[in-house]
Amino acid sequence: MDKTAKRILEEVADLHKIPEGAYNIRLNGESEGRNSTEHIIITNREDGTGINIKILDGTVNESCCIPVVISLSGHEETVRNDFYVGENCDVQIVAGCGIHNCGSENSRHDGLHRFFIGKNSKVRYVEKHYGEKSENSEGGNIMNPSTEITLEEGSTLEMETTQIRGIDSTTRSTKAVIGAGASLVIKERLLTNGTQKAESKIEAELVGDGSSANLISRSVATDNSTISFISNIKGCARCSGHTECDSIIVDNAKILAVPALDAVHPDASLIHEAAIGKIAGEQLIKLETLGLTEKEAEEAIIEGFLK
Amino acid sequence: MLELKNISYKVPDENGSGTDKVILDNISLTIDDGQFIVITGPNGSGKSTLAKTIAGIYPASSGSLFLDGKDITEASVTERAKAGMSFAFQQPVRFKGLDVFDMLKLSSSNPDLTMAQACAYLSEVGLCARDYINREVDASLSGGELKRIEIAMILARNTKISIFDEPEAGIDLWSFTNLIRVFEKIKKETNGTIIIISHQERILSIADKILVIEHGKVKKFADRKEVLPEILGTESASFSCNAADK
Repeated sequence: MDKTAKRILEEVADLHKIPEGAYNIRLNGESEGRNSTEHIIITNREDGTGINIKILDGTVNESCCIPVVISLSGHEETVRNDFYVGENCDVQIVAGCGIHNCGSENSRHDGLHRFFIGKNSKVRYVEKHYGEKSENSEGGNIMNPSTEITLEEGSTLEMETTQIRGIDSTTRSTKAVIGAGASLVIKERLLTNGTQKAESKIEAELVGDGSSANLISRSVATDNSTISFISNIKGCARCSGHTECDSIIVDNAKILAVPALDAVHPDASLIHEAAIGKIAGEQLIKLETLGLTEKEAEEAIIEGFLK
Repeated sequence: MLELKNISYKVPDENGSGTDKVILDNISLTIDDGQFIVITGPNGSGKSTLAKTIAGIYPASSGSLFLDGKDITEASVTERAKAGMSFAFQQPVRFKGLDVFDMLKLSSSNPDLTMAQACAYLSEVGLCARDYINREVDASLSGGELKRIEIAMILARNTKISIFDEPEAGIDLWSFTNLIRVFEKIKKETNGTIIIISHQERILSIADKILVIEHGKVKKFADRKEVLPEILGTESASFSCNAADK
């Protein structure tokens, strides 16, 4: 692995060395390294499209890291990874994809992650998307992540997904079916600049009594970029749902926020919030009184907002 | 030393008459280093505008401002902050995402400010550091909590001029004595100038000098002993202190 690939790996998965626990590192469509553990088994999918990750019942305090790096301009791939998490587990999964484009062709990663989370299991899923280009590179960085989640009784998934600059075009799709007593929390952070386009669509279906969903999006669109966030929580049982999208708009950017609620059960309790606005002048002035320039103040506000 | 020479601030009249409304009218005064100045005067007299003009938040329409002999009339808010001015707002600004620790780091201009140092500032303003250090400076904090965090930020700034716009307003469940102790500490540690806008007799009574503003003009600027007896019982010096006296 060359220096560029190593640096991208650090960006997407905070990996400075071979990770502990189970891992699979994918570089330009090839497996760069893999390790299964006693409780987390990684195998190739039979159709060759990606990997299966099987986490055995009762696996606790273990982690699995499966980053993807694309450093060849023009490399395009579609990957499917399935996660089968057993019952009574408590694990962390780190995914993410980084692209370094040094040429004139588009690089593209389309990834489908399916999670089947067993009864009473707890999963923290961290996903980071990162893109960069060489000077004068004209190729686009394209990333289209899809996530499908099935949460069985009493299980929880906390998903943190982040994309800060670097990706020219992304269509993100997340769908979840949440069973009795199960809970889904999604925290999404997006920042677009230049002429980038980002679309994110999250659908959560609360099908079991006592289920809950909390979908939180914070986004910043700058320059001439566009962000669209559409969430839909469907309450089909005695459940609670909350969706919130909060955005900062800068320059000539455009933002669409649609936090939708759909209650088809009388005991569904659903709440939505949405706000779009530019950085308040008084916030800039406050930070300027601390000695920051207007630009530094803007950066500090955005960095804090997306933290 | 801070010198104001013929400072005026005007805004277009809201009635569309085409004339200007004068908020500050030809103010000239000199504030020596290390002084504790309290600015008072009736509501709407121009006290906050004067403080904000000194900090550069409102640009003076005419006149000049000198800091240690250097003309800073055209200096931006940032440049004045870097030159050693701090400003605590009457209504502190809220930020989504930035937490108290972030704000204290920005205030101290030290990205490596330790948790222990930051907590010490919070303790000074009577906040249990452990409960607040990671709280976002957003709508989840009460007005009184924000005011105290605002004062903690001035402590972290540690500059030669500290300006407070009605710091006692909304300070709840915290003794007034502590607030005054904080001002005395700032004065001692920075050996600097403290400028406070306040009507409160207890703050006025610890001032070195009192500046009375009326209709945008300097009505009186002299030693406390001379000014205070004249203004006691007027709108400029109020004994009532709401919850702050508790």
